[in-house]
Amino acid sequence: MAKTIEKKQLDILHHKLVPLHLVLSEKEREEFLKNFKITPDQLPKILNTDPVAIYIDAKPGQIVKIIRKSHTAKEAVAYRLVVESNE
Amino acid sequence: MERARSITKKIGAISFSLLSPNEIRKMSATKVITADTYDDDGFPIAMGLMDPRLGVVEPGLRCKTCGLRVGKDKCPGHFGHIDLAMPVIHVGLVKSIRDSLRASCRGCGKILLTEKQRQEYMDELKKYKSEGRDPTFVLKQIIKESVKAEKCPYCDREVGKIELDKPTSIRENGKKLTPSEVREWLEKIPDEDLPLLDIDVRSARPEWMVLTVLPVPPVTVRPSVTLESGERSEDDLTHKLVDVIRINQRLQENRDAGAPQLIVEDLWELLQYHITTYLDNQTSGIPPARHRSGRPLKTLAQRLKGKEGRFRSNLSGKRVNFSARTVISPDPNLSINEIGVPIQIARELTIPIKVTTHNIDWCKNLIRQKVEMSDDPDQYRPGVNYVIRETEGMKQRIKITEKNAEDVAEKLEIGGIIERQLMNGDLSLFNRQPSLHRMSMMAHRVKVVPNKTFRFNLSVCPPYNADFDGDEMNLHLLQGEEAQAEAEILMKVQENILSPRFGGAIIGGIHDHISGCFLLTHQNKKISYDDASHILSAIKYEGKTPNIIEENGNRYMSGKDIFSTLLPDDLNLEYRAKTCLNCEVCTAPKCPNDAHVIIKKGILKQGTVDENSIGAFKGKILDRIIRDHGMDAGRSFIDNVTRMGINSITLFGFTTSIDDEDIPEEAKRQIQEGLEKAMNKIRSLVKAYENNELESLPGRSIEETLEMEIMRVTGRARDMAGEIAGKHLGLNNSAVIMAKSGARGSMLNLSQMSGCVGQQAVRGERIHRGYQYRTLPHFKKGDLGARAKGFVASCYKTGLTPTEYFFHSMGGREGLVDTAVRTSRSGYMQRRLINALEDVKVENDGTVRHSGGQIIQFIYGEDGIDPARSTNGNAVDINRIITDIKEGI
Repeated sequence: MAKTIEKKQLDILHHKLVPLHLVLSEKEREEFLKNFKITPDQLPKILNTDPVAIYIDAKPGQIVKIIRKSHTAKEAVAYRLVVESNE
Repeated sequence: MERARSITKKIGAISFSLLSPNEIRKMSATKVITADTYDDDGFPIAMGLMDPRLGVVEPGLRCKTCGLRVGKDKCPGHFGHIDLAMPVIHVGLVKSIRDSLRASCRGCGKILLTEKQRQEYMDELKKYKSEGRDPTFVLKQIIKESVKAEKCPYCDREVGKIELDKPTSIRENGKKLTPSEVREWLEKIPDEDLPLLDIDVRSARPEWMVLTVLPVPPVTVRPSVTLESGERSEDDLTHKLVDVIRINQRLQENRDAGAPQLIVEDLWELLQYHITTYLDNQTSGIPPARHRSGRPLKTLAQRLKGKEGRFRSNLSGKRVNFSARTVISPDPNLSINEIGVPIQIARELTIPIKVTTHNIDWCKNLIRQKVEMSDDPDQYRPGVNYVIRETEGMKQRIKITEKNAEDVAEKLEIGGIIERQLMNGDLSLFNRQPSLHRMSMMAHRVKVVPNKTFRFNLSVCPPYNADFDGDEMNLHLLQGEEAQAEAEILMKVQENILSPRFGGAIIGGIHDHISGCFLLTHQNKKISYDDASHILSAIKYEGKTPNIIEENGNRYMSGKDIFSTLLPDDLNLEYRAKTCLNCEVCTAPKCPNDAHVIIKKGILKQGTVDENSIGAFKGKILDRIIRDHGMDAGRSFIDNVTRMGINSITLFGFTTSIDDEDIPEEAKRQIQEGLEKAMNKIRSLVKAYENNELESLPGRSIEETLEMEIMRVTGRARDMAGEIAGKHLGLNNSAVIMAKSGARGSMLNLSQMSGCVGQQAVRGERIHRGYQYRTLPHFKKGDLGARAKGFVASCYKTGLTPTEYFFHSMGGREGLVDTAVRTSRSGYMQRRLINALEDVKVENDGTVRHSGGQIIQFIYGEDGIDPARSTNGNAVDINRIITDIKEGI
């Protein structure tokens, strides 16, 4: 069951330790899977109950693009598949 | 969910099940009732532990069950069984027994859940199963839930509290349950309830966890060995089974005779002990069963568990053929990618060669080759040890002897295989344990040498972490063309000069190579024409002769020019040498210490060649040559630099001894004065502390401040002593040359020898433990002075006072303990890390995935850069590009 957080409470998306999360659109999603030649289940996962996932309203089955700062490259892009939490 | 679908090779299922008493009896070849093994004539006793129906171990004998022999027919051995007089709990399954008892009713055997709960959990389990998820969580929940019940919802019986008394007794409300009672209880649990207890009805019944029949493993599992004296020695398992049978028999007799309950119970307990130790002799809570000699027995669990167990030592790791191991020793005349292999080993190890139309004559000649037992490697000619012929689908391995050589050679056909002895140039893998990184195993070219040790160039000691105080190393021979090609491309020493850790060289000149080059190139050394030719002969130099200087009718060459012969013509570099003193006002490019290196067009214009030029990790010249000219050029540069260095140092002469640390009386006095001053300073600090006049540093207590201040003073005192000593030790001193050029040792080592050893520390603090309020009885209680807390004012050369010696040993011991603890701990950490990462690899598209295809990183290291090809982690060396452009190259 997805918990809901009062959005106004605190905007975690602006915290400096929270990297940029973006939900891929249907078109982007297709393109991404084609580029990497993978099926969604090969991706790392993110729970739909993850605070950021709730904030950006990511639903199970969608893919989230994460842009983080990196020591080696200036910016690193990662993708995660949203999955339903067990609880 | 489509989570686990895409794994390429997935194990469908593993199921574990219990053997039922019926199955054990069914597979049993014989019931075992006699504890004896052999009779007086040495024949196995029927229905004893060595009954021939259990299989045979001696070659030639036939098994009475299957009629096969051991060797060729491979009788696998057959199980027997022991009928236990009374049931016994299986140690490995007590936890499951406890859970089953806790979750079920003693009266009706049903799981202590209401009909509704039961249905809910059943549905939940079904859901998990259909989704392919791990149901452990739900199963734990079920047990937790059913333990809560106070009364059985079906028969209203009160539920008792079940406790497990390790290792094998179970109590209900504090009263001990006998294994028979436990078994009766478990029998009552209905089949429909078993899924709730994580038991598959098809593979097990809970009461099978209490043993009534014990399987006896075949003799092949526990072979007896005949000692030289003709005496038989039995396997540990057999010993243990003897105990089991003996007690079982006594128990039966006593029970049948109607002996008192107490005696029967004691024997029952004893039977439980023997069966428990038979299964696992390291069960906590009971003393391990011992052999007559006092050695603990190695029973079933011990055979499988741990590093020496079946899995880690026989299944994950195995002994290999085509390998050799011997002591190593140095040989500066070998190239870094060569290895000296003793003739004896070369004659034993072989490489298979397929006979083709192109090489058949050569192969025949090899077979005919007479094996000469000469120690001269020039006389060495490889022979053939075996020829493998395939006739009518049958492989035949023929050993070549002097007698049949001619015959076999004649009959050699195309398509056959000869196993040829080693010859120069064969590729081999060389390894030293512990193999901590990939450079611990590199490919070397074989060079056959006399004597009995493996030999290699000193420059490859650091990657193997080898020295020659008795180290042994392993050699493996590649048995196929594919393997050889792979090793050639990936594993040769020159392919591993650059470390995959940071992209710098980890193989370079060491010790004498550096001292030698230092002596050759420092200042304007002039070397007579004869000596120069001698040095150049070491590298087999063919090219333009370096400039010859005429002086007073004698001909000289400059050391720098001689060194320049090693450098490629397009080399341009400018950097600081290790000898650089970091003067306050740098006068580079005109450095009086010759520490500013300038190389133009492959000529060393000025500066000294030392560790910063040719050493591993730091060598600038080495680094540049590998980057610009490739690995092979790097290899030959190291080969030549080491040869030239060694030839120079032997020519100039180089020796070090304890009088290298001699300093004049005047200097000694100065040091004494300095130390005295420091001691006074400490005394005044202590006084200030005692009078409460000391001001504490921010965030520190007064005591901590005092300690820190004192540590600072003692540190400075040692540096001062070192400085004074250093002033009197010039570059005409071999020890100083080694320290300054980076060959070996440091100025700190020298100052400890000639100046002052300095403060000894344990756990980063001055030594403070020992007696009450003092470190040693030689001091007054509460003495906070320098000497009382581990300051060693003497130097190694004059020797330490007894108290100083004691403190020094304390500091030294801490170091030893630290290294011992560190290696074992980091070793285990590394093992776990390796097991976790072993099948992660970089795919062709740059992603990092594990064997199931799951992506771990989208680009390797987030930047896709191979650290071995980087300059200190960066893909591009910007500084280099800028200088190159500036210089107009």
